[in-house]
Amino acid sequence: MTNSSLNDPRKSFQGLILTLQHFWAAQGCVILQPYDMEVGAGTFHPATTLRSLGPKPWKAAYVQPSRRPKDGRYGENPNRLQHYYQFQAILKPSPPDLQGLYLQSLAAIGIDSALHDIRFVEDDWESPTLGAWGLGWECWCDGMEVSQFTYFQQVAGFECAPVSGELTYGLERLAMYLQGVESIYDLNFNGREGAEKVTYGDVFLQAEQEYSRHNFEFADTDRLFRHFKDAETECRALLAAGDKGERHEMVLPAYDQCIKASHTFNLLDARGVISVTERQSYILRVRELAKACGEAWLRTEAGGVSA
Amino acid sequence: MPDLLLELFSEEIPARMQAQAASDLERLVTGALIERGLKFEGAVSHATPRRLALHIAGLPGRQPDVREEKKGPRVGAPEAAVLGFLKSAGLASLDQAKIEKDPKKGEFYVAVIEREGKPTLDLLAHILPTIIRTFPWPKSMRWGTASVRPDSLRWVRPLHSIVATFGPENEEPDVVPFEVDGIAAGNITYGHRFMAPAPIKVRRFDDYLPALDRAKVVLTAARRKDIILHDARALAFAQGYELIEDEALLDEVAGLVEWPVVLMGSFDESFLSIPPEVIRATIRANQKCFVLRTGDRLANRFIVISNIEATDGGKEIVAGNKRVVAARLADAKFFWETDLGTKLEDRLPKLESIIFHQRLGTQGERVRRLETLADEIATRLDAGSAAAAHAAQAAHLCKADLVSEMVGEFPELQGLMGRYYALAQHKHPSVAAAIGEHYKPQGPGDRVPTDPVSVAVALADKIDTLVGFWAINEKPTGSKDPYALRRAALGVIRLVLENGLRLSLLYMFRFAQSHLHMHANIANDLLSFFADRLKVYLRDKGARHDLIDAVFALDGQDDLLMIVKRVEALGKLLETDDGGNLLAGYKRAANILRAEEKRDGAGAFEAKHTAGLLAQDEERALARAIARAASETRDRAGAEDFEGAMQALARLRAPVDAFFDKVTVNAEDAGLRLNRLRLLNELRAAMHEVADFSKVAG
Repeated sequence: MTNSSLNDPRKSFQGLILTLQHFWAAQGCVILQPYDMEVGAGTFHPATTLRSLGPKPWKAAYVQPSRRPKDGRYGENPNRLQHYYQFQAILKPSPPDLQGLYLQSLAAIGIDSALHDIRFVEDDWESPTLGAWGLGWECWCDGMEVSQFTYFQQVAGFECAPVSGELTYGLERLAMYLQGVESIYDLNFNGREGAEKVTYGDVFLQAEQEYSRHNFEFADTDRLFRHFKDAETECRALLAAGDKGERHEMVLPAYDQCIKASHTFNLLDARGVISVTERQSYILRVRELAKACGEAWLRTEAGGVSA
Repeated sequence: MPDLLLELFSEEIPARMQAQAASDLERLVTGALIERGLKFEGAVSHATPRRLALHIAGLPGRQPDVREEKKGPRVGAPEAAVLGFLKSAGLASLDQAKIEKDPKKGEFYVAVIEREGKPTLDLLAHILPTIIRTFPWPKSMRWGTASVRPDSLRWVRPLHSIVATFGPENEEPDVVPFEVDGIAAGNITYGHRFMAPAPIKVRRFDDYLPALDRAKVVLTAARRKDIILHDARALAFAQGYELIEDEALLDEVAGLVEWPVVLMGSFDESFLSIPPEVIRATIRANQKCFVLRTGDRLANRFIVISNIEATDGGKEIVAGNKRVVAARLADAKFFWETDLGTKLEDRLPKLESIIFHQRLGTQGERVRRLETLADEIATRLDAGSAAAAHAAQAAHLCKADLVSEMVGEFPELQGLMGRYYALAQHKHPSVAAAIGEHYKPQGPGDRVPTDPVSVAVALADKIDTLVGFWAINEKPTGSKDPYALRRAALGVIRLVLENGLRLSLLYMFRFAQSHLHMHANIANDLLSFFADRLKVYLRDKGARHDLIDAVFALDGQDDLLMIVKRVEALGKLLETDDGGNLLAGYKRAANILRAEEKRDGAGAFEAKHTAGLLAQDEERALARAIARAASETRDRAGAEDFEGAMQALARLRAPVDAFFDKVTVNAEDAGLRLNRLRLLNELRAAMHEVADFSKVAG
């Protein structure tokens, strides 16, 4: 078995990731590693949220494990997970032929546009917790949504100037399509066959079962409510401490607390202890943190203030 | 004469915005041309997912010259007047003005202003960039390096290129010289994204259209729709199926492809155990595919419209779509089977925690109101005690499907799923039907339920909604009607009228409100909202809205069926010769009364006339006729014989005409005058028994 067939995106989950990393590295992106905190989507990574604010050019790509506690199905649903991977590319400003680049990336992972029906279907993206929105599409391949394509217009309540282009690939779904399997857990992870083959289920099934129990049954809600409050308080305290008037010196640690509050809210939501009316107010509280972080970021060097 | 070809080529335009954008482009460009005195032979606009195109044929090469004369002050006028004139006419000195003579005014200055028409090409170069910059997209965006500037070009998605050519047939047209945010207009377009992406040089619409066709782009949406419909029907027929047509889906799909290719896929037969509406909703909403039938059953086939002629004939595309459809149907089947495991009754506790509206309580509270209301309506409609009990039972269960898995996934299946679940629980067929139909009718074209149980629950649902939102003062304003209250009122109107029901709306409003425990006095205001809605409804049926006003102006008109009967009878009366003349007599009487009331004070003529003061035969005849007509119309109207009441009124025509012909109302003798005015007041009052004729136009 050759190295190249091991990394064939049509035969191996990790091969899909490696191929996308190579592709976007060749476009000048910095290839980052996942952010080391629980987030609901790749967009929460500061390499996207904060870096999309301010005038400085930026190109990055990374895999981000994404946690959606409510989507847990105890490992019993072949299509739904509470922990899954997104591959994210962010290019600021959006290059003139981002659609073309995206289609080339599909070709790189083995989707031939002469054989497959690739479509850009309207889908306006909005993240109420991040105070962000953009216009773009769901990208369809033969009727299946394989990516999200967004031109960010606003993040953390601030107009994006310039606008970034964001591409998000749902890796498991894409891999299922490429490998032709009907369940996420049957995905070939390492591209080997026989005794050496490791499947997605080998890696994650137990985790899905355990986290589903945690998310729906055992996460201690009183403690979570406290964590939410703590994260909120800490975020505000750090923002206050780092505030030096013209400049800000402690945005990233504060933003971590915003992420933490957001994930805690998602857990509480999965536990079903947040009513419809309270929901809105929690989302608003996270958004206020995100906005305050965005505002502070614009007073830092990467936010465009000269050194 | 020259033609204009304009194409705005961009990334994918949302399907739902394309048609409006094409017509906006046409309206804005033609409007700007007409404003500048440029007439043309014809304009047609088009849209595909990637382009808006406009063709204006027969446009003159130049704007017509304009000659205008401007009158100035007389010769020898003060200097200030002369200076003002020179300035406004754009003249340097009086030497440039001519002097004209007028026999009355004497000599005065006239400026002749001649404006040479500009070349159309220059005007276009001026007009088009402004239209592009200010284009009315419902949602637009910025992109790329230019987006560092807040005033950078906005478009629905990034705009890539512009074709703008102008020139006569048989000649190389000019490129309209303009640019917008660095995008220069030119004569290059592009074909299909995958099948013919190379640049194409175009001259004018006549070669643009076939060039696109060769490059696998069907420019007109109507033709894309034709191709899809025709090919889908043919493909279905060839395999022994029939396409289930869906106009809204066809419109959407035609906006998702530039080169429609129709393919057929299938799904496992076992999915046919799911209700067909669910299959259709799943395949339509998620996959934008059509479904097929065989005989009167849904077939396990679907039609997908792809955007390419794939090199393998579409095998991979069909295979991919089949996988997605199968996964979606597996979800739906799971929801269906899970839902069947829970009785509707057992779902009710969940409604207690769902807010219907913050100020109107939970769905659970709403359901309790609906039960009482449906029972009361069924009882008042004399539907019988069994029907009333069924109505209450149906109302009890009608919202339970909101917390089912299926409705969570496909909100548009609410009601329908409740019916399926009720049938699976062997509920009485009327109960199941009422659960299924209680949101109906959902608009002017929707079916109106006829089963008394369904009617009672459907009315209860709408009346509770309307009364509730009125009580918290959340009424529709202008184009804003977030709770679809206009539709709810129209629903009540159609349910009542099309089923010929007698229902006192005011009574129902008060009854519904008493169960809301809110005491604002809203019944009359809500009733006048119904009057407006009824006008819209009847106007669509050709009735005169002034007649509806005339009837609503009477006291206590809250029975829609009777109102409509009265309006119809009034309409018939006014169509007759007697009716028309009587109306004229009424207007005359009312005008006199209004004028005299101004002098003598309102209500000055309220008292009954004195018989002994009736001096002329015509007065006495009118008095007799009024007395007879008044009692007869009252009796007839009381018996709901509105045509009879109108006929009784019509008999007033001759005595009224004769009265005005021979009798002087404002007699010199104050006593006679007062008596005659009192008589006219009686005439007005008698006619108002039937309708407020002052609201009738004519």
